[in-house]
Amino acid sequence: MNPNFKELRLAGVSRHFGNPGGQQVAALRELNLTVKRGEFIALLGPSGCGKTTALNCIAGLLPLTAGSISLDDMRIDVLPPEKRGFGMVFQNYALFPHMTVRRNVAFGLTMRRVPAAEMKARVARAFDLVQLGGHEDKLPGQLSGGQQQRVAIARAIVIEPPLLLMDEPLSNLDAKLRLEMRAEIRRIHRELGRSTIYVTHDQDEALSLADRIVVMKDGVVQQVGVPEEVYAQPANLHVARFMGYRNVLDLEVESEQGNRVVANGHGLRLHGIAKQALGGRHVAAAIRPEEITVGTAGENIIEGKVRNAEYGGRDSLIDVVTPSGLVLHARTTQRVALDETVKLTVPPERVLLYPAEDRP
Amino acid sequence: MSTLTIAPAGHTGPSTRSWVPRDRTILLVAPAVIFLLAFFIYPFAYGFVLSFLPNEGGWLANYEKFFSDAFLWRTLIITFQLALPVTILNVGLALPIAFQLRRKTRYQWWVTMFLVIPITLGTVLIAEGMLTYFGPKGWLSQALQLLHIYDGPIRLTHNFAGVVISLVISGFPFCFLLTLSYVTGIDPTLARAAATLGANPWQQFRQIYLPLLAPGLAITFCLAFVQAFSVFPSAVLVGAPSGSTRVISLAAYEAAFEQYDYSMASAVAMIMGFAQLIVVVLVLAARRGFYTGPVTGAKG
Repeated sequence: MNPNFKELRLAGVSRHFGNPGGQQVAALRELNLTVKRGEFIALLGPSGCGKTTALNCIAGLLPLTAGSISLDDMRIDVLPPEKRGFGMVFQNYALFPHMTVRRNVAFGLTMRRVPAAEMKARVARAFDLVQLGGHEDKLPGQLSGGQQQRVAIARAIVIEPPLLLMDEPLSNLDAKLRLEMRAEIRRIHRELGRSTIYVTHDQDEALSLADRIVVMKDGVVQQVGVPEEVYAQPANLHVARFMGYRNVLDLEVESEQGNRVVANGHGLRLHGIAKQALGGRHVAAAIRPEEITVGTAGENIIEGKVRNAEYGGRDSLIDVVTPSGLVLHARTTQRVALDETVKLTVPPERVLLYPAEDRP
Repeated sequence: MSTLTIAPAGHTGPSTRSWVPRDRTILLVAPAVIFLLAFFIYPFAYGFVLSFLPNEGGWLANYEKFFSDAFLWRTLIITFQLALPVTILNVGLALPIAFQLRRKTRYQWWVTMFLVIPITLGTVLIAEGMLTYFGPKGWLSQALQLLHIYDGPIRLTHNFAGVVISLVISGFPFCFLLTLSYVTGIDPTLARAAATLGANPWQQFRQIYLPLLAPGLAITFCLAFVQAFSVFPSAVLVGAPSGSTRVISLAAYEAAFEQYDYSMASAVAMIMGFAQLIVVVLVLAARRGFYTGPVTGAKG
């Protein structure tokens, strides 16, 4: 497969599964995405959102129900996985347990009948890249989780794939190792200069690694954007919830002026910004805990009683109950006492308004 | 067997040398041990000793007789000629079929069921069915003649082929079930990983499945071989018990129940057991050359 490709294009990629009841379930609907060479894309979403299905479709491990995948002008969705030559790192690593680490890494080159001398050099380079020298002759079972993960990456990159696919590669590691490997993955991506598609349910991972994030839910793409965009300007309420907007308040529109909206409810009156056509009086306001501060500056003042405070080092996460019984999550660097009455404030541009969800 | 326990500090029991182990759950193996002693170890030892106490001649007379009388030692060759090909055939058939059925599909259950039914039939029932179906005037012969596919006589019973067919019918389901459980125990992600690295389906099988299955296939081979080696009823019912399928168990039977020479019968049984043991030991020794650890892609 051409390593100097310009872009990978997914057009209307869909995948349906027949469930035991006989009806068809859409795991992935109409995914349109163009990945440029050198780009790092994160597919982000909760479990069951179709992100792994999308990855398997790209790798060729699942046939498409509809749509097409092409690398520049070549259509590849008709090729079996062994002809596509994309490197893939599996969630459970899928290292071959009966082969030494060296044979695992060399496997892709063996299949390609690369001459012995070249194979040796390339395998050595891959070991250098993942910094795993000295473990070549062990079996995978003798390595720690982090080392196994490095072997899995080395095995996938040694074939110099145009596209590296990663399926939640860090989910089996502990928190500290996860941070280290995250930096490693970013470094390896930069050094290879190819494209990476990375599946994760961890928003921090997606934000820190990706050039662009594709947020998915129920097999449908919710938003595609650079990390700053997805983080600060979620396209809809699902994305907002997923990106850590923990405060979601049901309010009624009082007045609208362009996208500047005043909404009230629960004894509150908030100035905010509509991120979608509201299409009705019922709206949902999404606010990140980080953006609510203790203080009285600004238009949106909320009074309440501190019900719970979790000390978190740099700041504390506090739960504040308003007189109407609404609970708000906020972060503050000030020390507040339990049952203390505090005034909270949030800037209007950080109160994001979306159409209210249909409640069953 | 850790019946030896170390008394903790401060233990002031009357006797720490009591034969009753500290962990009494170990007593649960007692029935199995008694069963083994009464129904395997004792009869085996009895037979072993008896085989060296011939009715006439020195203590090795039975063994000398077995290996000098062509009518007797040929049974050993015949049994090998029957058991080895049948075992290879059974394992060889079970492997590709089980491999094809490794994924859960709608029809997997039905195919498995269909393939496993013969295991519920006794050897005698199978022989009975074979006589009606494969016999010279059986349905197969009649059908082939009716369709003018083959008009000559078909001899698939009362000869070597008959016993082979019978052993495949009764031995295959066993091999298949065992192999299926080994195949489905292998993480399918491994083959998928191999595919993304450029392995075509044959290479996925050859490089991933086969090496991981080899230890299990060795066990299957041993069990199937031992089963086939001790063939008796079908060798009589659908074979030629005085000629091409005069197997070793028949020789033992004749010595015991026609000549009433229990000592000789024991010697034949010992030779039979030793021959099986050699094959099993050889196969298990070869098995050690393969990877025998867990067959998933990651640490548990």
